[in-house]
Order: sequence, then C-alpha cells, then structure tokens
Amino acid sequence: MAVMGKAREAGLPLMKLVKLRGMPILQQLHLEERLLRTSSDNWCLINDGTSSPTIVMGLSGKLSELVEVKPVLQDHIPIIRRFTGGGTVVVDQNTIFVTMICNKDAVSNVQPFPRSIMSWSGLLYNDVFEGLADFHLRENDYVFGDRKFGGNAQSITKNRWIHHTSFLWDYDVKNMSYLKLPAKAPQYRLTRSHLDFVCRMKEYLTRSEFIERTIKAIGGQFSVKSISSESIDVPSVSEYVHTTRLLTNQEIQEACCTIQT
Amino acid sequence: QICLPFVMPTVLKDLKYADSHEWVKVNGNSATVGITDHAQDHLGDVVYVELPEVGATVTQGDSFGAVESVKATSDINSPVSGKVVEVNEELHSAPALVNSSPYENGWIIKVEMSDNGELNNLMDSEKYSKFCEEEDCKH
Repeated sequence: MAVMGKAREAGLPLMKLVKLRGMPILQQLHLEERLLRTSSDNWCLINDGTSSPTIVMGLSGKLSELVEVKPVLQDHIPIIRRFTGGGTVVVDQNTIFVTMICNKDAVSNVQPFPRSIMSWSGLLYNDVFEGLADFHLRENDYVFGDRKFGGNAQSITKNRWIHHTSFLWDYDVKNMSYLKLPAKAPQYRLTRSHLDFVCRMKEYLTRSEFIERTIKAIGGQFSVKSISSESIDVPSVSEYVHTTRLLTNQEIQEACCTIQT
Repeated sequence: QICLPFVMPTVLKDLKYADSHEWVKVNGNSATVGITDHAQDHLGDVVYVELPEVGATVTQGDSFGAVESVKATSDINSPVSGKVVEVNEELHSAPALVNSSPYENGWIIKVEMSDNGELNNLMDSEKYSKFCEEEDCKH
C-alpha cells in the first residue's frame, strides 16, 4: 500500500492488474480484445497457464503453411485466429501469458507504432531478467542467448495498444510437432528446427519468481492496482463482436485439401 | 531546440490529412484514402491489409480496416464519412504497395462522401508536416 501510494504521488499512470490461472486462451483473447476496444484504462493480464493445448495463429496466418493439419485434426487440437499480428504458437498449461494494454498517452515516450512498442517491452523485460539470464529482444523475439522463449504480438488502435506475450515456461515436444517451420522466420533462427530454436524458461527461474519480477518491473512505470477478474467492468462477451475466433473443422479440413491438390 | 527527423517523409500538397496518419484525395463527392509516407515508414514492412467490404459505411475518425507489420495489426481510420465504393484488391497479393507507393498504387479505399464539410476537420499538407515533426521530436 505504501509503495502504491508513493507511485501515485509520483504521478505514474494507473495500471489494473488481473492475475488469472488456467483461463482458456480463447476466453483470454476475447477479454483482451474487449479491454483494448471498449475500456479506457491501462491493464496488465497475467494468465499462469491455459487449460488445454491450443494452436493460436496471427490475424493473417495461412493455416496450410503454418500448421501440420492432419495430426491436428486427428488429435482434435483447436486452432484460434487471434486479433493481433505475428506468428503461430502452440500453448498449454505450461505457457505463461503476459499482456499489457495501454493508452498511448500513458507511455508518452513511446510512439504508437510496432517497433517503438516492441522496443519498450524489451527494456521492461530486461529489468525482469536482469542478473538471471542473457536476455535480449532479438528480431522481435524474446531470447536467452540465441534461443526463443517468448513470442510477441501487438495490436494498435488510434489511442491504445496491446502487447501480449506467450512465454514458454515449459513445453511438450509433441505439441511443437504440430507447427511447421514458417516460411518467414527471423534471420537468427537460421534453419533450426523448433526444438533447437526454443528453450524453456523453467531452466532459469520459477513461475512465481517470473510473475513477481514482471509485476515489479511494471510497477516502475505504472501505479499497479490488483483487481479480481470478476470486477472487470467492460461489456460482456455477448455484447461485443470479436475478431478472434475458433476455426471450424470445415476450415481446417479445407486446408488439408489445399495441401493435397 | 532543433529536432530534425532522420528521414523527411513525403507529404503531398493536394491532399488532406488526419492526425492518425491517413490521407484523403477529394474529387467532388469522391474520396480516395490511404496511409501516409510517415505512417508506412513507422509501421515497417506491411505483410497484410484487411479491407472492408464494398458497400460498408465508414465514419470519420473510426477504424475501417487494418494493416499488419512487424507482428502488429494497426487500425486504419477513415478521414471521411460515407460509403465504400471500391477497395484496392491489388493489396491482397501485394500488400507492400502501401510501403512502396503510399499515395499512388498503395491507395486503400474509395469512398462516396456523405459530408464534405468534414474535410475542415483535417490538416493541410503544411500542418500535417509540422504535426509529424512534432510527433517524432516528442518521442
């Protein structure tokens, strides 16, 4: 309370922090989209693991190019197309999600364009991992050394933006096999397969340590106020038309046929 | 304090500009809309453009579509209100036109305007140039 009081005195903008655990990723993305579009507050959402393995593609992702469609269909893995840009990830209970939704004026030294926001986030996570790991923002990925452990994406509206990250605290090798090697890969990846390209955060710190350090880093720029998910005051799911959606079986099957023809 | 941007963006004299970095070229009731050179430079390489349907209504200041670049989707906001009469289909296969030719081949939509008076809410080229300079110097 004393720390928050001092931060408010310093004139830091308020950021509402919502800590979640095991929220299904579709529900999380729907909530994020609603908060970005209909709220005027700054938000930080931390979801410690999602409920079950899910593939999440960026807005413009082409299914047949990014996903091994046959095993996905066989194993009934859901595929979501999210409202932000960026690449394809497979998420599960060992993924930690950190999302920041900000009014552009709340971070006034950052222009509301992709590279500025990305760069700002790199500085924030520099603070989080200082002394623990060789952290870098490298070609828009979060890496330890040359291995990726966090994937980012953003969406920018006229006066607000969202930057969200899925962190690989741990991962299942089988789940990684659902993803193809993307045609557009960062240069530092070279031709490495998924398993040689990514690494696990759990080799560096515990889940709770990561979450605490992240909240502390955010507290350096915002006055953080924890609120419960029940008290989030934005229009409910039924009132808002989301862009983020679950792909239908038909769409996934059509992608399968596209490859075969 | 003198602050010069690293690259001077192109600003065309005949166009009107919104503070969200879209331009509009007016011909009677007809308006062509795109994003400015300043915007395309700050966005980075555009890999995808989400276009509205022909016939959709647009409102001055509101989002009608999006571009994707550097892992981000960025709203495109309409500088005028009216009805979309044409979209640039070329952008489906060549989204980079927005970067290489923001004022010509990278145009995004054409609108039949409902209120020419709204153009008074926009900036001319001189005001917009100053606005861009101030934005870049502030950050």
